[in-house]
Amino acid sequence: MKAKFLVPLFLFLLLIGFLGFGLTLNPREVPSPLIDKPAPDFSLARLDQPEQRFGLEQMRGQVWLLNVWASWCVACRQEHPVLVKLARSGVVPIVGLNYKEVRGDGEIDARGMALETETAQAIERARDWLTRHGNPYQLSVMDIDGRVGIDFGVYGVPETFLIDQQGRIRYKQIGPVTAENLEQVLMPKIKELQRAG
Amino acid sequence: MIPELGHFALVLALVLALIQAVLPLVGASRNNQSMMAVARPAAQGQFVFVTFAFACLTWAFINSDFSVQLVAVNSNSDTPLMYKITGVWGNHEGSLLLWAMSLSLWTVAVTVFSRHVPQVFLARVLGVLGCISVGFIAFMLVTSNPFDRLLPGAAEGRDLNPLLQDPGMIIHPPLLYMGYVGFSVAFAFAISALLSGRMDAAWARWSRPWTIAAWVFLTAGIMVGSAWAYYELGWGGWWFWDPVENASFMPWLLGTALIHSLAVTEKRGAFRSWTVLLAIGAFSLSLLGTFLVRSGVITSVHAFATDPARGMFILALLVLVIGVSLLLYAWRAPRLTGGGSFGLVSRETTLLGNNVLLAVVSASVLLGTLYPLFLDALNLGKISVGPPYFQAVFVPLMTPVVVLMMFGPYLRWKSDKVGTVVRRLAPAGIASIAIGFGTAFALDHLTWRTVLGLCLAAWVVLASLQLLGGRLRERAGASMSSRLSAIPAAWWGMWTAHFGVGIFIIGVTLVGSIDANLDLRMKAGDQAEFAGYSFSFKGVERIAGPNYDASRATIDLSRDGKPVAVLEPEKRVYRAMGMPMTEAALDIGPFRDVYVSLGEQLPEGDWVVSLHRKPFISWIWAGCILMALGGILAAADRRYRRLAERSAPAGAAQHAV
Amino acid sequence: MQVERFMSGRRLLATLFAVCAFGGVAAVHAAETGTATPIVADQALEDEVQELSHKLRCLVCQNQSIAESHAPLAVDLRNQVREQLAAGKSKNEVIDYLVERYGDFVLYEPPFKTTTLLLWGGPAALLLGGASWLAFRLRRRAAEAAVQDQLSTAERARARALLAGDAPATADKPSAEEPRS
Repeated sequence: MKAKFLVPLFLFLLLIGFLGFGLTLNPREVPSPLIDKPAPDFSLARLDQPEQRFGLEQMRGQVWLLNVWASWCVACRQEHPVLVKLARSGVVPIVGLNYKEVRGDGEIDARGMALETETAQAIERARDWLTRHGNPYQLSVMDIDGRVGIDFGVYGVPETFLIDQQGRIRYKQIGPVTAENLEQVLMPKIKELQRAG
Repeated sequence: MIPELGHFALVLALVLALIQAVLPLVGASRNNQSMMAVARPAAQGQFVFVTFAFACLTWAFINSDFSVQLVAVNSNSDTPLMYKITGVWGNHEGSLLLWAMSLSLWTVAVTVFSRHVPQVFLARVLGVLGCISVGFIAFMLVTSNPFDRLLPGAAEGRDLNPLLQDPGMIIHPPLLYMGYVGFSVAFAFAISALLSGRMDAAWARWSRPWTIAAWVFLTAGIMVGSAWAYYELGWGGWWFWDPVENASFMPWLLGTALIHSLAVTEKRGAFRSWTVLLAIGAFSLSLLGTFLVRSGVITSVHAFATDPARGMFILALLVLVIGVSLLLYAWRAPRLTGGGSFGLVSRETTLLGNNVLLAVVSASVLLGTLYPLFLDALNLGKISVGPPYFQAVFVPLMTPVVVLMMFGPYLRWKSDKVGTVVRRLAPAGIASIAIGFGTAFALDHLTWRTVLGLCLAAWVVLASLQLLGGRLRERAGASMSSRLSAIPAAWWGMWTAHFGVGIFIIGVTLVGSIDANLDLRMKAGDQAEFAGYSFSFKGVERIAGPNYDASRATIDLSRDGKPVAVLEPEKRVYRAMGMPMTEAALDIGPFRDVYVSLGEQLPEGDWVVSLHRKPFISWIWAGCILMALGGILAAADRRYRRLAERSAPAGAAQHAV
Repeated sequence: MQVERFMSGRRLLATLFAVCAFGGVAAVHAAETGTATPIVADQALEDEVQELSHKLRCLVCQNQSIAESHAPLAVDLRNQVREQLAAGKSKNEVIDYLVERYGDFVLYEPPFKTTTLLLWGGPAALLLGGASWLAFRLRRRAAEAAVQDQLSTAERARARALLAGDAPATADKPSAEEPRS
């Protein structure tokens, strides 16, 4: 058996190795390039007091979570109890980013809707939802058109960002936070950051 | 009851496949006549049972038996009959059954048409095909049983994906699978040759028509899929370099190399180990395609519902089938050196050169398709590899292929002189460069891609015509009809397929450079001028289809005041899924398609209408049809029908191709 | 199978944008019956948006560019592309903007960097490898052919000698010569 005739077999096995490993990966999860970078700054109206605005600097010095949610988001309902419980424990403040509350809802035709109408509707829907399902948020801000979402690289709801005392994004949870990954991934990271600060 | 019968038939088919896999191979190694004799009836019996299973599943679809899970998920009682049948293979499980059925169809064809092949050799071919069949039927029974029941049965089905409810999707999968699976025959012949150590011209001659037939199906299948994307997706794109498209394109490229390599092995006895490797490679890529589409390792628009367990199974199958055959190759191929010698300037050289290039192109497409997976597996980040990459790589690599392709038929086997060939082809070469630049200039589209495409197309067409002219002049004095009939079908096949490549390039180049698009808002009574045509929007009416509701626009197309066509693009919502679909309306012409699709209705009541002019798009399809036709002619050549076994390569050297 | 290859989103967005950015102008035009109004006021800009959008991947879809997809995020991103191009940013600036937020994943044309070295260099390396293998094989073949030629010339000479001489021609038949075509 000459070695050169084994080359195809060798290449094939290498390929199989990668393909086999590929089966364990999730091709749809895209890591954020913002990890360990300063969170993009924003200034958005608060859900509870729309005349007031909220920005990053208000959280400086704290380790906190930014949770992207919307009332139309089905998976958000799944993670919501976990967030409510976490908020009750008081370990870490959670800020909600209410993402495209009205125009993100596939059921609503928001074309041609005036911004004021849309905002009013969004506030009503979001508050309603929080009353019904509990409010884990220190406060929520309204990203009516999803622009801040784009700045954070949001590509699906829910997403959760862990931000440190200096305002840097340290971790991004894509998809719902479950009790399991809260305990195994998020909490250790939160604790570590809090200790470091 | 009937689904259970189908399930049972599938189990019986698996048993027969096992018999077909084991006995003939053992018999062949022991030279046991009666064991080898089992191959044929086992293969035919397997075909009967697989076909019966397929018929049972089709019955369940036609009768909307929603207690069968597959039917409940992929059909609906309102679905038109034709699409109920399409639903049979418009899903993972059913398409596997189609896969298995085309495999057993090919196997039966081998038992019928390869009677002249020696028994030992044929027993091994059927044994290898049986192994593959075992793998796929077991795959179905273990992970993807199409006959799984839904208890309690659903009252109504979820309907077939509306995108698949299209005439193109009725024939695309069967053609494509016949192509994919057909390479298993070439593969089985190669393995049989390795096992028996018989790798001569006779082997190449037995295997060649099968390989060409599979290639014809694959060509036609890819073309239909591409045409479907063109008119069904609503914006006129026809090739996206999606992983699933690549999965069918890679075996096509390697299959193209294989049929040319087989030609050399048949005529000259050369390239033998390379030919075997290509046969293994083409089928491996078919299997790899099956893996990519069904395992979920790669995201694609066309991927089936994915499941890692299925991925694991196919991967194991890949390791068994391909791994073992490559091991066999490593063991046996070193004996295959030698063969007819040839000089540096010879037809063999051009064929080998193009073979290598096609293999490089295929490997590059594979690299691009799997690279994101490699990076992800090594934790080096996520990237996307899309059309810009593939175009950047594909065009420069295919250019020499097309250039060399026309040199081949002008060169003699064994050795030729550079001077003669260059003298003969120089005028065509110079003329094609002039035509390429001239046409691009006349079109006011002097980009390198357009110029290159037009030069290459002109080169293929001119050199082809010159070749034909030369061939017809060979028998000066004879009547035209006798001159034509003196040319073997295989030569016509070669000529037609190569000419088709030229036609194809014209289409690709022009549709890629001078197509035009305009998006308008229109309401009843509106008029628009675009690309020399007048579009008059008559209005939109609501219509109810069998399983959808649609808004259908009526647009009168006219040119210089004369009516050309009435176009009726639709926007449909399929009831069961609530899924919107655009149905474009086309006026198809030899030199341009006018393509109109209907978009959203705006809040003010106007409609968004998208107008496209697609110049020479039909030439893309025509080119593919010519390639496939060339394959049919080549496979139908008289010499393959001579039943007597022949093995002398030198005697056949007078033949063309 | 996810199905999102419709034009609706793109067109809808274009319309929205046309209405938003150019205010009532488009609407006024549409009100006059007769001639259809283009969706976008600036076709050249739209062509650029389309060209760029085809090179950007929609993150939530299976495998589609943001030009083809009608997923809401694709609509938003296209909106961004249009807005930024309209504001005079270069294509590269727009690309940088998106890469900063979503990573290289959004680019259908992967950037040149160390991790993509093999991707971009691979085809060239394969070509080089294939070509040198080919050259090696062909050279060897040609050498073999030359040797065979010499051999057959030698054989021919010997055969001639045998035929010319008085020794009976037993061993080599002249017809053993390679047939030349």
